[in-house]
Amino acid sequence: MAQIQSKDQGKGGKKKAKRYSTEIDMTPMVDLMCLLITFFMLTTAFAKPKVMVITMPEKDKTEEEKDKPQISAERTLNILLAGNDEVFYYKGQPKPEKPMPQLVKSDFSKDGIRRMLLDWNRDLFTQITEYREKRLTGEIIVADSTFNKTIKQMKLDDKKGPIVLIKADTAARYKDIVNIIDEMAITNIASYAVVDIGEVEVMMIQAVKAGTPLTEYPKIQVREK
Amino acid sequence: MPKIKPPVSTPRIDMTPMVDLFALLLTFFMLTTSFRPQEASMIDSPVSISQKQAPDFNLMTIYVNKDGKLFFNIDNGRDSTTKYREQILKKMADRYEMTFTDEEYDLFGRLASFGMPIKDLKKWIHGENSQERDLLQIGMPMDSADNQLGYWVLYSRIVNPRAEVAIKGDADANYMVVKEVMDLLQDNKVNKFNLITNMQPEEVGLDDLPPER
Repeated sequence: MAQIQSKDQGKGGKKKAKRYSTEIDMTPMVDLMCLLITFFMLTTAFAKPKVMVITMPEKDKTEEEKDKPQISAERTLNILLAGNDEVFYYKGQPKPEKPMPQLVKSDFSKDGIRRMLLDWNRDLFTQITEYREKRLTGEIIVADSTFNKTIKQMKLDDKKGPIVLIKADTAARYKDIVNIIDEMAITNIASYAVVDIGEVEVMMIQAVKAGTPLTEYPKIQVREK
Repeated sequence: MPKIKPPVSTPRIDMTPMVDLFALLLTFFMLTTSFRPQEASMIDSPVSISQKQAPDFNLMTIYVNKDGKLFFNIDNGRDSTTKYREQILKKMADRYEMTFTDEEYDLFGRLASFGMPIKDLKKWIHGENSQERDLLQIGMPMDSADNQLGYWVLYSRIVNPRAEVAIKGDADANYMVVKEVMDLLQDNKVNKFNLITNMQPEEVGLDDLPPER
C-alpha cells in the first residue's frame, strides 16, 4: 500500500535524475490508529463506579435490650417502604396505650417525601447549605477535611431534626432503599438507620392499602426470641 | 494561444498532524485504560447523588441481579503477587474436598466475577469463551443448607481482611435478597457497605425549602 509518490516534472530535453519525494502515504496508519483508539475507548472503564457508603449498626446478639439507645418519640420519623415506589411515614412510636399514629402516603418525587424532610430538617439544612455556599463563593476558605468535620459537627449538634428509621417491607425493591438513603443525603438528615420492619408496621401498611387504617393498636402475639 | 492548463495534481492532505493527534490519543487511552471487567450478569444500578469513588483494589463485590441471583468477585490486591484469589480458592477447595491444578489456580486468579455452585467452577475455569462461561453463571447458592457464598465471604475475609465490601444490586432486585446478603456480611463482621450506584447530580438549595408554616 505505502508507495512513494514521485513527482515528475515533465520537462523534455535535459534528462534530470528522477527526484523522489519523501512523502509517505499516511492513510493506512491513520486507519490503524483510528481502529485502536476506538478499541481502547470502548473497552476502557472510564467512569469508575460511584459508591454510597452505609454503615449498619453492629449485630451483637448478646447485647441486652436495655442497652439500646433510647430515642425520643417526638423526633422519631418512621419511613416505611412498601414497594412500587410507595412510601409511608408516621411520627412517633406505636404503643398500645397511646393513640395509633396514622400513616401518611408519599412518594419519591420532588414534592413527596423530600418536602416533608426538608420542612422538618429546616434548621440543619439551612445551616449546612449556607456553609456550603459560602465555601463555593469563596467567602470562607477551608480544607476539605475541615469542611467535612464542620458539617459532621453541625449534624452532631442538631437537636431538632428527625431521627429517621427506615424500614423496608418484603415488597420493597433495592432502588427504594437506595432512593431513601439518597434523600437522607440530599436533605442532610443528621441521624438515620435502616432497621427491620415490625409486625405492627406491616399490619399498618396492609390496613392502609385495604382502605381501613388502623385506629387501635392491633393485637399480636408476642413471639419469644 | 494555448489554453492554460491547470496543473494536474491529486488533492492531497497532509496527514501528519492527524497522525500526531491520533498517536497522542492512543497513548493516552493505552496508559489510562483499565479494562472494564467482564460482569457475570447485566446489572442496572440505581442512581444516587453520591460522588465517592469505589476503591480500585482490595474490593470484594457481591452482585445481585434482577432475579435475585448472586455473583461474587474479589480482586488480587494492589500487588499482583499476593494472589488473593488463588489463596481463597485453595481454602474453598479444602472445604469442599476438591483439587485444582496449578494451572487452574492461575486461570482462576485472572478471571473476574462468578456465580455458580463450586462443583461447576472447574468447568467455568476451563470455559472456551465468554458465552460458554456465561451459561454456567447460574448464581451462587446462599441457602442455609449450602451457604457457599458465606464460605467465599468468610475465606475472603480471612485471606484479605482489608478488603472493603461493595454490593452492586440491580435497581429492581428485591430488597429482601440484598438484606440477606447484608446479614451474611454482618455475620462476618462487615458493617460498612459500599452500595454501587450511578451518579446523578441533584441540586437542592435553600429555594427548595417549603414555605415556613
